Amino acid sequence: MTATDACATPLDRDDPAVLVAGLVKRFGGTVALDGVSFSVRPGELFGLLGPDGGGKTTLFRILTTLLLPDDGSARVLGLDTSTDLWAIRSRVGYMPGRFSLYPDLSVAENLDFFASVFGTSVEAEYDLIAPIYQQIEPFRDRRAGALSGGMKQKLALSCALVHRPDILFLDEPTTGVDAVSRREFWDLLAGLRAGGLTIAVSTPYMDEADRCDRVALIQKGRILAVDTPAGIVDRHPLPILRVATPDRYRSIQLLRSYPHAHSVYPFGESLHYTDARGDVDPAALASELRAYLDRQGVLQPEVEPIRAGIEDCFMALMDDPSLEPE
Amino acid sequence: MRTLKFLLRKEFLQIFRDHTMLRLMIIVPVVQLLVLSNAATFEVRQARTYVVDLDNSSASRGLVQRLVASGRFDVSARSSSMALANEALLSRDVSVILNVPADFERDLVRARQAPVQLVFNAEDGAGAAVLQSYAARIISGYAAELGQLRPTFTTLEGATAAPAVVAAPRIDLRTRGWYNPELRYYDYMVPGILVLLVTIVATSIAAMNVVREKEIGTLEQLNVTPVTKSQLIASKLLPFWIIALVDLTIGLGVAKLVFDIPMRGSLLLVFLAAVLYLLAALGIGLWISTVAETQQQAMFISFAINMVYLLMSGLFTPIQSMPTWAQWIAELSPVKHFIVIMRAVLVRGASIEAVQVPLIALAAYGAIVLTMAARQYSKTVG
Repeated sequence: MTATDACATPLDRDDPAVLVAGLVKRFGGTVALDGVSFSVRPGELFGLLGPDGGGKTTLFRILTTLLLPDDGSARVLGLDTSTDLWAIRSRVGYMPGRFSLYPDLSVAENLDFFASVFGTSVEAEYDLIAPIYQQIEPFRDRRAGALSGGMKQKLALSCALVHRPDILFLDEPTTGVDAVSRREFWDLLAGLRAGGLTIAVSTPYMDEADRCDRVALIQKGRILAVDTPAGIVDRHPLPILRVATPDRYRSIQLLRSYPHAHSVYPFGESLHYTDARGDVDPAALASELRAYLDRQGVLQPEVEPIRAGIEDCFMALMDDPSLEPE
Repeated sequence: MRTLKFLLRKEFLQIFRDHTMLRLMIIVPVVQLLVLSNAATFEVRQARTYVVDLDNSSASRGLVQRLVASGRFDVSARSSSMALANEALLSRDVSVILNVPADFERDLVRARQAPVQLVFNAEDGAGAAVLQSYAARIISGYAAELGQLRPTFTTLEGATAAPAVVAAPRIDLRTRGWYNPELRYYDYMVPGILVLLVTIVATSIAAMNVVREKEIGTLEQLNVTPVTKSQLIASKLLPFWIIALVDLTIGLGVAKLVFDIPMRGSLLLVFLAAVLYLLAALGIGLWISTVAETQQQAMFISFAINMVYLLMSGLFTPIQSMPTWAQWIAELSPVKHFIVIMRAVLVRGASIEAVQVPLIALAAYGAIVLTMAARQYSKTVG
């Protein structure tokens, strides 16, 4: 992408683009963030993975200077989010989880407006937003409220990019978007990342982890792990099997009562079984389990060892906090 | 300044695009002015009157004739039975009974005084009081013509008015209303209603506009831009400041053309007062927007506030008739001061010196309310 130079962060390559240490945020009695620490490196596509209510949006709102933390510190582009907020505001791009543009203004008017409040113009920044904006430009005179979900999202991304931010925060950009648009959106992000832009994305979809350079797993306001997707998967300490049977419910009951079972949970059409013994050979375990289910009268159980996915790791980390790093 | 220009351009783009809202802000106030000014009147015309004339003399017929000739009373039934008359009053067929006892004329001639009875349905207290004062004027006028005649007033739900013996009119009382000699009701009401309409644009609609941005999330998006709070507030309030002044201009035009309201003082002075007053009104609108999370809430809060405004502004009830604590509250309401200035300048032709006290009050008001609201806004939003 031609925008590479303009996107180059003014920081040293070694300085983190985001540095969060011991961040705490409470809302009344509920603790939204409970001592969150992590960093985002310049130029990386960083994913924040976790279920709804995990604290992702609160974290992003602190990083974009919309909220003040109760404790701990957050630095974005080397600037403190509590004290240097005006410096941060002109250098970050933020796309909130909810569509937050003017529905009564047209596509072009929205984009022009956000360019103008940052003291620039769409023409001046066209090269950067072109790959995204060109897809919705045929509808430039249509009101933003009348766009489809996927197009709204592209417009929102264009508006978040139009002032050439040094870092982009995208809060659940793919929630409620169809599978094809999701894939397209991640392709767009990959393009921006290739141009050198630092991007932090939050998502509840575990399968999107693989599109990120590194991910942080967050749940109930705590970071469970920060690593590359592969690194997270490698961390899974226990053998894991995929079990497919005609009678899923009974199989869950049976497997849960198996003496060595660590955890059993449904995963799409099948089940994922984790064995408590870390040192057992997966192939031997598969035949052992198949025999067990056979004995219990389960017809044609399909059992095969698999590599753990991000979701398996998430479940394992949730169940067993001792697996947390450090 | 450039940023403010862009923000304002966006605001006006949105305002002119929303035709419903535009109509609501420009046309509806004019319609309301036309309707309210005609409807919100204390004048009573053609009150349905039941005449029980037991005397049926030329003196009693003369009395009825005077009442009818005033245009205030209209004889809709007559009989010689007070029982039938009471029935008609109870079933609300009539709102007044005029009871002239037998020997009315004879008493007048012999004793030089004679009673007549008027019975009002006082369910609508204000209406009955107005009719009572009309009747008193007409009857005492007639008494002056004839000699003596003593009216007693009875209200349906109340006691008989003090039946004081009215002495012969040795004092010839002539009242004359200054500045509004015909006591024209429009001259009094229209400027006040104009003030209220302008207030609604400045408080409710401005508050709802800010809250709308909260609702759709754009306010949060704007907070992650270099736009400062004061730029944002200015961009939100300026358009409604202008629209309210446009409304006032149109409203004054309607007042002149339709109601022939006198404009004796300087219009420039009226606008100066409006400009100051709107600062306070917009400040209240801004404050509402910091409290309300949804447009619905904003609407109800501003409705509640405007209600107090309306009833305590001296528009419908004279402030002098309120209890002392209420007079203090009225004194604290910028609406009251603006209405005072409007009436003084338009009807009386007051100069800037004559209205400098309420003018200064408005300016102080605007400065304080707007500053406090802006502070509150900065604290709560973003």
